[in-house]
Amino acid sequence: MAAMIEVLASGPLATVQDLGRPGLAELGVSRSGAADRAALRLANRLVGNDESAAGVEITLGGLVVRLGTAATVACTGARCPLSGHSGGWNAALSCPAGTVLAFGSPATGLRSYLAVRGGLAVPAVLGSRATDTLSGLGPAVLAPGHRLPLGTATAGPPGTGGDAGDTRDRLPSDVTTLRLAAGPRADWFSLAPLHEAAWQVLPDSDRIGTRLAGPALRARPGFGRRIAELPSEPTLPGAVQVPPDGRPIVLGPDAPVTGGYPVVGVLPAADLDLLAQVRPGAVLRFVSAPIGPRSATAGRPR
Amino acid sequence: MTGWRLLPYGQSAVLVELARPADVLPARNALLAPGHPAVRAVVPAARTVLVLLDPDTPAIAELPSWIERCLSAASAAPTAADRPEPVHLAVRYDGADLESVAQRCGLPVAEVIRRHSEPEYTVQFCGFAPGFGYLSGLDPALRLPRLASPRPAVPAGSVAIAGEFTGVYPRSSPGGWLLLGRTDAVLFDLDRQPPALLRPGTPVRLHPA
Repeated sequence: MAAMIEVLASGPLATVQDLGRPGLAELGVSRSGAADRAALRLANRLVGNDESAAGVEITLGGLVVRLGTAATVACTGARCPLSGHSGGWNAALSCPAGTVLAFGSPATGLRSYLAVRGGLAVPAVLGSRATDTLSGLGPAVLAPGHRLPLGTATAGPPGTGGDAGDTRDRLPSDVTTLRLAAGPRADWFSLAPLHEAAWQVLPDSDRIGTRLAGPALRARPGFGRRIAELPSEPTLPGAVQVPPDGRPIVLGPDAPVTGGYPVVGVLPAADLDLLAQVRPGAVLRFVSAPIGPRSATAGRPR
Repeated sequence: MTGWRLLPYGQSAVLVELARPADVLPARNALLAPGHPAVRAVVPAARTVLVLLDPDTPAIAELPSWIERCLSAASAAPTAADRPEPVHLAVRYDGADLESVAQRCGLPVAEVIRRHSEPEYTVQFCGFAPGFGYLSGLDPALRLPRLASPRPAVPAGSVAIAGEFTGVYPRSSPGGWLLLGRTDAVLFDLDRQPPALLRPGTPVRLHPA
């Protein structure tokens, strides 16, 4: 039988993801890649893959795949009821050829990851197999009938994946608290509401951005004009932008590489992974995180 | 470079805000040239340059000082950067907004075409979509704000203006820039290395066809 997996059902959204296309922002290419990078890395470690191998990102369950060959797989991220194998989450599972794995809806969390030993060997585009849902780079969004070839991206024998129980148990609860480090335009806004309010994730959130409902953030006196005239600035996944309506958007992996809205904060990588597991309707709170390199400096007078 | 500020951008990046748009590319070049192992990428935009750092590097606290030294050195001894060969684009000036741009600028259509095709532009940065370059050097008489509500679909190859920039849509997409014409050039081609025809620093000449 062929070294591939066949998609029988995709659920609300299933895509091939790896660690994306970092370093191409100056060509206008977004990073893309797994929304919860730690979960994909863990799944890959569990099956003995290189951490950057491509797997399937599953959104709210619903994926059904048939294995065309005997394979070792691992499921991580939001825990779905799994039929087709008696084994559990966050573990390497040996499956005979013809196994049909069906993912139910997760009770908590949003995104689950399926890694297969050897990785998914769909053609790489600009060094990555990730589907960028905004630009269309990479493989198509998964649909029934798609066949995904398996590759040879192994790094060692299937293992325990090391710290399998670590951050993956840090799935969101009713209220998820995220750390937020300062962004370049933090001092243009009255940010007290950002840190005091409960923010609800809106249903039109996706891999491009997580939209939040709450009290509108207001410009500090005298900054309205600078906000209106701000020319495009580089952006990163995890950046918190404030559009004119004052309702913040946290940029996701497929967001454009530049944007014209001021960035008031940036989620650290681990918190961006956690945000990827927060469902629409759930509630976020932000706490201040220390800045990495250094806070704003005077530089040369201007 | 006449001046800059370093602004925080989360835990593993620093944003350099330049005093003048013309300082953006020199700053980018000054930060790229040394090839610092902890610098993962340098991304230019309209007035700012983002320096992405390896969050695991032990010396991350030192990097803002390193950035300052790079910028100071480049200011003290500006190097004549090698100017790459220009990219030449043939443009058919038949865009949907050509007439209204002429009216709003108070210029005849032929003069809009002349002023738009005369300068040697430079790709200052890319964004919006893979291969979309923001070309600086637009005649100030042609500066107009973008449409209040974007068109749902702008054809691939559309040559357009907005604010201080001109650019070419690499593929059909929604867009709010004012359309002056079209080119048949392929702006982004995955089978080409590199795939983007226009990259930061590339000079561009437009030729009315």
